Amino acid sequence: MKKLSYCLSFVVLVSSAMLAQAGSELRFCLRAEPKTFNPLLAADDASETIRYLTGGVLLRVNRLTQDLEPELATDWKITNGGKTITFELRDGLQFSDGTPFSAEDVAYTVQQLMDPALHSPTGDSFRSGEGKVETRVARKNRITITFPAPIAGLDRLFDQVAVMSAKSSQKEMAVLGPYYVAENKAGSYIVLKRNPYYWRKDPVGHALPYIESVHLDIQQNRDAEMLRLTRGQIDFINSIDAEYFDKLAAQDPAMAHDAGVSLDSEQMWFNQVVSAPLPVYKKMWFTSTNFRRAVSEAINREDMARIVFHGHARPAAGPVSPANKFWFNAKLAPHPFDQKSALQRLTQDGFHLQGGVLRDHEGHAVEFSVITNSGNKYRERMATMMQQDLSGIGIKLNVVTLDFPSLIERITRTFDYEACLLGLVNDDLDPNAQMNVWLSSSDTHQWNPSEKTPATAWEAEVDRLMRAQASNPNPKKRKEYYDRVQEIAWEQEPFIYLVNKNALSAVSASVHNVHPVALRPQVYWNVDELSLSSEFARNR
Amino acid sequence: MKYARIVAIAFLVAVSLGCLLADYIAPASYARQFREEPNAAPSRQHLLGTDDLGRDRFSRVLYGTRVSLLLAPAAALLSSLLAALIGGIAGFAGGWLERLVMAGTDLFLSLPWLFLLITVRALLPLNVSPLVSVAITFALLGCLGWAGAARVICADARSLAHSDFVLLARASGSDGFRLLWRHLLPNLKPVLYAQFWISVPVFILTEANLGILGLGVAEPLPSWGSLLREMESFSTVSGQPWQFVPLILFIVVVSSFHVVLSKEELPA
Amino acid sequence: MLLGGLLGATLVRLAPGFGVDEEELDSRLSKQSIQAMRASHGYDDRLGVFYLDYLNRLAHGDLGTSRTLDRPVAQLVAERFPETLESVGLGLALGWTLGFALAIAVVMSRAWYLDLFSSLLAGILLCLPAAVMALLFVVVQAPVRLLLGLVVFPKVFRYSRNLLARSADLPHVLTARAKGLGNLRVLLWHILPTAGPQLLALAGVSVSVAFTAAIPMEALCDIPGIGQLAWKAALGRDVALLINLTMIVTLVTMVANSFSDFLGKSSRTAA
Repeated sequence: MKKLSYCLSFVVLVSSAMLAQAGSELRFCLRAEPKTFNPLLAADDASETIRYLTGGVLLRVNRLTQDLEPELATDWKITNGGKTITFELRDGLQFSDGTPFSAEDVAYTVQQLMDPALHSPTGDSFRSGEGKVETRVARKNRITITFPAPIAGLDRLFDQVAVMSAKSSQKEMAVLGPYYVAENKAGSYIVLKRNPYYWRKDPVGHALPYIESVHLDIQQNRDAEMLRLTRGQIDFINSIDAEYFDKLAAQDPAMAHDAGVSLDSEQMWFNQVVSAPLPVYKKMWFTSTNFRRAVSEAINREDMARIVFHGHARPAAGPVSPANKFWFNAKLAPHPFDQKSALQRLTQDGFHLQGGVLRDHEGHAVEFSVITNSGNKYRERMATMMQQDLSGIGIKLNVVTLDFPSLIERITRTFDYEACLLGLVNDDLDPNAQMNVWLSSSDTHQWNPSEKTPATAWEAEVDRLMRAQASNPNPKKRKEYYDRVQEIAWEQEPFIYLVNKNALSAVSASVHNVHPVALRPQVYWNVDELSLSSEFARNR
Repeated sequence: MKYARIVAIAFLVAVSLGCLLADYIAPASYARQFREEPNAAPSRQHLLGTDDLGRDRFSRVLYGTRVSLLLAPAAALLSSLLAALIGGIAGFAGGWLERLVMAGTDLFLSLPWLFLLITVRALLPLNVSPLVSVAITFALLGCLGWAGAARVICADARSLAHSDFVLLARASGSDGFRLLWRHLLPNLKPVLYAQFWISVPVFILTEANLGILGLGVAEPLPSWGSLLREMESFSTVSGQPWQFVPLILFIVVVSSFHVVLSKEELPA
Repeated sequence: MLLGGLLGATLVRLAPGFGVDEEELDSRLSKQSIQAMRASHGYDDRLGVFYLDYLNRLAHGDLGTSRTLDRPVAQLVAERFPETLESVGLGLALGWTLGFALAIAVVMSRAWYLDLFSSLLAGILLCLPAAVMALLFVVVQAPVRLLLGLVVFPKVFRYSRNLLARSADLPHVLTARAKGLGNLRVLLWHILPTAGPQLLALAGVSVSVAFTAAIPMEALCDIPGIGQLAWKAALGRDVALLINLTMIVTLVTMVANSFSDFLGKSSRTAA
């Protein structure tokens, strides 16, 4: 089967090469201007796009198979209980400006990455304990990196580390990826040109990438983006909204791609911060597992997936999406929509319905607000649907949309909120990426950040399990621990997971060898193998 | 034009009655989601179809009209009166007072009031009722929307202050407040009417855009602005012309206001 | 102007959301990184310290660095100001040409159908949300910069129509007509001069209106001008950018209004 897929890939690549037109340009849009071209600091979507298209990494997670594959490194070995990784690097490679590539560059990149003053989010993923990271260059194409403490899933983290040149005068603009930044008109567009020193070649020996250049327009307006796609002014939309997807699918089904459920989820949580400026009775509601479970059961997730996402989403069971094949706990199912059961749970906590209004044991009418970020139509609609669902059990929900900075201030500084509806954008399959969400002492433990000691027994258990999986090199054992974390999350509902969205994209027929997937970047994950058909070529 | 005015008045009365009697006329609650029929076309049960969440659009138009038709003209009146007072007094007084007030007006026009609005949202409790939230929004708009008109009114008042009839009024013993109130302000009417007529739709649209800050109307209460926001996605609206009804109603009501207000502005 | 900038800074500094960054929600970040991020945003700086620091840098010609775009403010403004100038210029030209021409036509012809048509047109444009207009422009592939013209036109039309109509009803104008003066002479010699100062004030105000309208328009239509910059700066609470942009807008407003005041007073003196 593997031989057959290699043969097919060969045939497709060769035909793509034949069809590829010299001077071709791939066009798509970025939703915002990149905040940085430094690959170590890339954290926003636009910067990560530039990093993916220009950066050369040692190892790459194949977005289609989710397997780890060699890139600039031909081989690697993890030793020392998960503390040390040794890479064998490809010989004779050069950066986009001709500067030779060697293990020194990898050492330089790692030192930069782990510099505590840089505060790189990618670097923080590698921070396993106190102490310095040691790099040893054994020879020109071999490097050993030793971390102060074991890191589970260490090798996969290198998918995010674009190697920088230690010697080039162009600094981070000298790259090892398929393209380099040739032109940047601030606020308007960025042009990437083919890296003449890119190391990959296709099976017949043609230099990759096939496409000469990539033109990225900065376009926030999604309607305009959609119109431009239908007019042939851009080649694809990497992530398209459900309502546009359906419209496009009706006009031209071949352009619309639903790659199935993505890693992303939408969830709501209650404010459980002890010092929050909320009335005591509300804090009691939000810290009650029965209350949270009841609210969860009163929400109709199927309707949400069907109406808000036009069927391009599915009810979520827990923190891990089924798209994460290895880590998803398949034993968990989404909480069913059952308002009777919800009311029974509430009765256990002393709530009662009085004239259609739910009241607690002190007689307070159950009313709370949910904040979400404005401008996100899906979240606004989800919140409005929850309003109707919760009114079915006598709860009055007030929907408040806020601008993002105000919302962030409330959930991270003032804690002046009751419930919050946000989404989780997941790029990493490994649970270590979510460590800071589950550790009770962490600042991003959203429902009750920076706990000095775990507030509940189940949070203490989750802390123990997350630390155990982070330091265990055995994937099976790690999965056992993390499955249990998912079960606890399912039982306790600190986050009420609502839906997992599908990965929807739209691609023009002129782009060849495209295989949209659920993992980011959905469409151009194999950008160096994409080609534009001469049959559909047009003047740009 | 006389007949046009009669028709306009009759239309405004009909719309006002319709929205005041919304509780009796509306076929369903504006909040009720008919989840089996999202984005439905017009039918006997849903005269204007349903929206994304299956809510009856006709009911939402009725209740939304009630909110906007009541609050937007009130806010426009407030901003017009503030503009008249500030611009009128400055232009009439002239000299250093006029220069000071106009400099202040220029400053007022330039400041990023967005942040005041964000601060107001922060000061309001999260559980404020949607009606209170939208009333506060319109009140704020009324308090912030006077500056542009004040400048024009100031120039107008300055001209009028030197005109013959004002000189005559002064000569006959009128001064100060009486001069301002009895002689000056009535002659500022053309500019004030223009300000009022422009402010109504501008405030309605601004209220919709303020949703981005958490102000304006909150779900599920509709307003014209929130209904018009449905139209911002052309791709979904293009195949559903009935979604244009709130916009058409909005345009016709604003035009009717114009026809009614233009009574004294052009001789027949 | 300085006062405008400092007041603007105060509003930003005191508004909620100052000093926060959406990157704080990145679960990969360590506690130390988050603390460092918060410290770098000056969340804890007192307002007085902040002002003094800014004034000190301004005195040395340093407009500061944008936190959200990580580039010098001076460079950003220099790159983007011409775009906005072009949009505002075109918008004002179109808005005034259309608005003023229609107002004159309505007043001079006294045709009720023309008045009704023009008012309907102005009404429709006032009622159309900017986002919908922007979309229509994209659909018909018209240059989006003209959108500002359609935003300015209804205001210019309505005010100038009323001002000209009032001037046209003044006794001396009626006398001029009675004496057989042609429409053009009546307009140029009697109506316009009377309404002149107010129209000039309107012109000054319309510059400020156009600049204000440019902010959402550029944000909606992805035009890389200072309007788009202001919108991003507002959402990102980028004080350095916002102070400077507020000062620019204050300066433009003051210059436009002062110029129109000066012309208005000169024309009255000349009369």
